Order: sequence, then structure tokens, then C-alpha cells
Amino acid sequence: MYAWDFQFLWNYRYLFAEGIGVTIGFTIAVVILGIIAGMVAGLMMLSRFAVIRLIASAYVELFRCTPLLVQLIWIYYALPILSGIELSGVSAGLIALSLYGGAFYAEIIRGGIVSIDVGQSEAGMALGMTPLQIMKRIILPQALKRMAPPMLNQSIIQLKNTSLVSIIAVPDLLYQGQIIAHDSYKPLEVYSAIALAYLAILFPLTTLARYGEKKFSVRIEP
Amino acid sequence: MTSEPKIEVSGLHKSFGSLNVLHGIDLTVEPGGVVALIGPSGSGKSTLLRCLNLLVTPDQGSIRIGRNRFSFGPGTAQPSKYKLAGFRANTGMVFQHFNLFPHLSVLGNIVEAPMIVRKMPRAEAEALGLELLTKVGLPDKAQEFPGRLSGGQKQRVAIARALAMQPEVMLFDEATSALDPELVGEVLSVMRSLARDGMTMVIVTHEMAFAREVADKVIFMRDGVIVEEGPANLVIDEPQNPATRAFLAHFHGKDGV
Repeated sequence: MYAWDFQFLWNYRYLFAEGIGVTIGFTIAVVILGIIAGMVAGLMMLSRFAVIRLIASAYVELFRCTPLLVQLIWIYYALPILSGIELSGVSAGLIALSLYGGAFYAEIIRGGIVSIDVGQSEAGMALGMTPLQIMKRIILPQALKRMAPPMLNQSIIQLKNTSLVSIIAVPDLLYQGQIIAHDSYKPLEVYSAIALAYLAILFPLTTLARYGEKKFSVRIEP
Repeated sequence: MTSEPKIEVSGLHKSFGSLNVLHGIDLTVEPGGVVALIGPSGSGKSTLLRCLNLLVTPDQGSIRIGRNRFSFGPGTAQPSKYKLAGFRANTGMVFQHFNLFPHLSVLGNIVEAPMIVRKMPRAEAEALGLELLTKVGLPDKAQEFPGRLSGGQKQRVAIARALAMQPEVMLFDEATSALDPELVGEVLSVMRSLARDGMTMVIVTHEMAFAREVADKVIFMRDGVIVEEGPANLVIDEPQNPATRAFLAHFHGKDGV
């Protein structure tokens, strides 16, 4: 029977804290950048022009249908060879995770907008509103409510995805954990503690997402 | 009446792909006139109505409402979205499924377009909104949300919302078809009082008794053409065309017309 010993972890508390800080900071950055990318791509997919729709769909499918780990490695190792620009692990991680998340956010945003009944736009048009006014005042306020829960879910996934950047030497929670494990020869305790740290960050967020889903699923019929 | 017609439509054509929905519609409506469009489903009556405020863009022909005129066909430019919006602001439309904005209160629904499109100050728009809610018999529902209203109440709010833009004409697209039978009356009575106040109206309807009572003119359409038109009682009670007779036979006896 293995004798668990969590006490020694206290000696590494600063490394842990640093890792958690990097993980959270990285998540916030890739969520914001991802939503921006997703908003642009999502609106492009609704464009009147086929070329613009095609470009956006190509981006979305490329990043949805390849593994994030492959994207990460490709952007870190292959892109610099092609472009001649040296990327730090942090930059490569930011680019890969933001673009990957953006592909999923784009689908959520596009889906949220098209889920609004076409009668809503027609009512706005019949009242003399311009397409931009309709989008801003009628469609988006309703669509954002529907998008919020899946956006939060995607962001939770993004936080977990940040653990992948440890392989390109970004000092996140998992990366620091690996250092501690090598240093202490106690991988069992270290990786268990890391799992618990992710759980402690994410459980409140999933609870919030579930609450939001319940609240917004009560639809008011037009 | 000596003044020129409020609505003038000539040579209107529209097809969706290979389907010809309207071929060569001519129509005039006098100021204060009420026209009922009747006919079987697929006859093009709803498409014609939606052409009147350009929710559907005609392929060919011209439409004039008040002083605004649009021509369509080869050699004419597609109107800009600002021109379209300006044109639609002058024509109120009431939809079969109400299409109220669920995220806004009843009063919010009504003041939205006057404030956004006409740049009316909020206080003025709200005063107008309350006045219109009184007119449709719902002054106490101003702060309610649409989800809490009955179908008949929703449709009356939708009428008030359209009236808030102070349109020159009102278009009704089967405004009572989605309602439970016991709620039809309250909506028809609002429409009746609008007609009495001199609003120019075009109504797509299956309520023959109402059409005969309120409309000055009834137009029977089938397969995208006007088959028969004339004073309401003549077309409904003594249809000349066999197609009109066949169509109306479905209603005779059913609601005692």
C-alpha cells in the first residue's frame, strides 16, 4: 500500500502559485483573443459574399478538425521555419489556443445569431430599421443570452487546454508540476494535487454555467 | 374622393426561382380605403402584401405609396438600404405571428422604432406609446413582457407598435390566423376602429365576414393574378368568376356568409 504524503508540497507552494497564475492569465488571454477571432469569423460566415463565407468556414474547419496538440507543435516548430520568425513558447501558445478557441466560438456566435427567428428581423425591417440597427438592438441582445452558456462551456475547455502549452515550455500549472515531480520524486502526490487545483478552479465555473443554462433555457416566445 | 390614390401598384412581377408568384399585378388604393386580399394559399396574396413594403423585392413593376415611388426591372438600380428603411418606416405591417421583440417590454416594443428610426425623445415616444396602448385597449400592460400576453393581446401590441411610426398605410398579413377563435374578435375590433379613423389599409385575410363588413374593395387572387375585384359585398356575395365561386364555397355555410 502506497503511503501518501502531501506535506512536502508546502515547500513548493510558490511554484504552484506561479503555475496557477500563468494558467489563469493564459486562459483569460486566449478566451478574450478567441472570442474576438470567433466574433470576426462568426460574422464573416453570415456575410452576403460567398468568398468571405468560404474563408471563414475554411478557418473554422481547419482548426476544428485538427488536434490542438498538433496545431501547437506546428505553430511552434514548423511555422518559424516557413516564416523565418522565431516564436517564443508563450506567443506560439497564445496564437494556437486563440485560433483554436476562435473556431469554436465562431460556431457558437453564428449559431446564436441564426437561431433568432427571421420574423424578428422582418419586424425590425418593417418598422424602418436598418440592418445594423436590427443587429444591434434586436438580434444581438437576444442572441447573446443564448450564446452565454455555450461560450462559458467553451472557455472552461480552453482553461483545460492550456495544460498543453507545458510541452512548449510555458511555465503553467502542469509544467511547474512536472518540475516539482522530478525534483521530489513524488509524482503521485504532485499530479493528484494538480488535478485538484484544476478542479478547484473549474468546479465553480461549471456550476455557474449550469445555473446560466437553466436560467436562459426558459425561453420567452415572441 | 378627388385626391390621387394612396397606393399605386402597376405591372408587378415576382418569381422565386422558377416559381412565378406574381404576374402583372395592378392595384390602387384610395386614401382611407380598405382593401381585402383573399384567395387560396399559394395565390400570391401574402407575397403581394410583402412587396408593398419591400420585404420582398419585386422583379419588375412599380410601387408608389404616398410620395415614395420605386420602380423595378431591367435598368433600375437596387434601392439602397437607407432608402428601403425610409420607405418601410411609412408603412406599418402586422404579421401573422406577431413578431414582438421578446427581450423588450410592451412599451419598449412600441417606443423602439420611433426612438431609433425617428430619433424621437424617450418621453415623447412613451407618451405616444401609452396613448396607442389605450387605443388598442391595453393601457395597463405597458410594463408587461410579451411572453406573458395572450395571442390577441400580442397582436394588439403589434398593431400599436406599427402605429407608433405614424405610417401612411397599414398592411395586415393574416393578422388573426394564428389566434384562438375566441381571441379573433378583439383584434378585428381594433382593425375595424382603425378603418373607421380613416387609415388606409391592405388586409390579407380569411375572415370573409370581416372583409365584407370593413373592406371597400375585395380582391380575389389565384396563381399570381387578380381574378376578380370589386366592392366587397359584390365579390363575396355574388362572385362572377368560377374560381372565386369555388373558393368562397368553402366559406359559405361555414361562417354563414
